[in-house]
Amino acid sequence: MTAAAKAGASRRGRLATFASSTVGRKIAMAVSGLMMAGFLVIHMTANLLAYAGPEHINAYSRFLHNVPELLWGARIALLAALVVHVTSAILLTRVSATARPVGYDQREAQVATIAARTIRWLSVLLALFIVLHLLHFTTGTLLPGFAEGDPYANLVNAFSTQRWAAAFYLVMMVVVGLHLYHGTWSAIRTLGLSRPRRNPFSRPVATVLAVALWLGFTAVPVGVLLGLVGPRPSATASR
Amino acid sequence: MSESTMRVTLKVWRQAGPGQAGRFATYTASDVSPDMSFLEMLDVVNEGLTERGESPIAFDHDCREGICGACGMMINGVAHGPMQATTTCQLHMRSFRDGDTITLEPWRAQAFPVIRDLCVDRGALDRIVQAGGFVSVNTGSARDGNAIPIAKTAADAAMDAAACIGCGACVAACPNGSASLFTGAKIAHLGELPQGQPERGRRALSMVTQMDLEHFGGCTLFGECQVACPKAISIDVIARMNRDYWMATLFEREGVATGGDA
Ligand code: HEM
Ligand code: FES
Repeated sequence: MTAAAKAGASRRGRLATFASSTVGRKIAMAVSGLMMAGFLVIHMTANLLAYAGPEHINAYSRFLHNVPELLWGARIALLAALVVHVTSAILLTRVSATARPVGYDQREAQVATIAARTIRWLSVLLALFIVLHLLHFTTGTLLPGFAEGDPYANLVNAFSTQRWAAAFYLVMMVVVGLHLYHGTWSAIRTLGLSRPRRNPFSRPVATVLAVALWLGFTAVPVGVLLGLVGPRPSATASR
Repeated sequence: MSESTMRVTLKVWRQAGPGQAGRFATYTASDVSPDMSFLEMLDVVNEGLTERGESPIAFDHDCREGICGACGMMINGVAHGPMQATTTCQLHMRSFRDGDTITLEPWRAQAFPVIRDLCVDRGALDRIVQAGGFVSVNTGSARDGNAIPIAKTAADAAMDAAACIGCGACVAACPNGSASLFTGAKIAHLGELPQGQPERGRRALSMVTQMDLEHFGGCTLFGECQVACPKAISIDVIARMNRDYWMATLFEREGVATGGDA
């Protein structure tokens, strides 16, 4: 009996094998990724409250901060998901890198989408974005004049006075969209939840989610730049 | 005569043996008929090489009718060449143009060491099958063929997966060097049928474990394998393998077997 065979005999052993197997790690990525995607849907919806005016979005923020169990529960769950997601991604990328030590002189990708082919590199940007984003809107470190408990003022302040922020967020939301365009479709298959299809590359759910998140998140900085969100449109003028 | 024949330049990976350094060598194939199969064209080139006292280009082949899975090479960066759902032996020179340069490389993967030139050792795929790609039946008098009712949809799905000839093109085409399409096809082919149910969980655990032991990469669902597959097997079989695997991790009662260490 090989070591692998012994490990498979008990559920505990199987879970250990699962955690170190390529399929198991990919499943861990899918579950943690879908958790974060769920968060993004809530986050995007909440951001759109900015269009309804300061009272609404600030009330939502107050609600979260008044229920620390909810806020911290969500933060801890998301941090755990992020750690699992990123660790698995790094480990799997390493396996793939050793799976073909001698590469091809010539190789033509046939069907892999741009989203799939760029996901490893762009996810590095995504990680950087999350750090900068937290320093920007959660701690306020990167936002001069940060007002604790007034996300509406912070959004208007950031996107009207910090040109880098507006540009960076607009670009990064394209990256988020691409990530989910591949990620959501892939996650459904990694979990084996897809039904056999005539064209297994079609991805209605992933496309709707990716486009909706991209548009929804983009709407806020664009709204501020166009003066649709914010007290005085003239505030965008100078700095 | 000259109108109907073509002349192509071949850039071929030559490697004398396992673990040795290889290099590309260039050959010219002239008087090639567009109706020749790709392997016939290589046969003619090899005759010329043999006559000149050089060693012929080694490549795997057997049935030459697209059913055995022996043949296969990277042709201009595409597994089995430019025709979809076609093995290398079923490819014809009419798929190329007069004057083309054609690059030939062996399947590249850590799990597929080069034996010589364009031949690689695909024993890793056999060991994945040994680990669980079977059903256990008691021998004795043969059972009545129709004793077990099988739904048409299940029979069709099983047959689609069973079309896998184990050529290794999925691994070769995968940017991760993953054998997920192969393993998924073998798992689906048995798991779709009633005879495959008793060992279904154990099969997924064993075959996935063996796949990892053989140093194949993980699947990121690029989808390259599906278009490389000469039998057009769908990546749906990968989704099925993944589901069988996590279900078995949680619920299976028996241990796993492996097909030996890589
Ligand atoms: C244009 C796009 C986005 C805008 C305008 C935006 C805005 C904000 C704002 C204002 C907050 C602070 C909320 C508060 O203080 O109550 C926040 C928090 C947060 N955002 Fe975003 N966000 C965007 C996109 C994203 C994306 C794509 C991600 C994930 C990849 C993300 C992850 C987070 C996280 C993790 C927090 C912290 C939640 C916490 O406080 O624990 N955001 N965002
Ligand atoms: S030689 Fe048998 S499939 Fe090509």
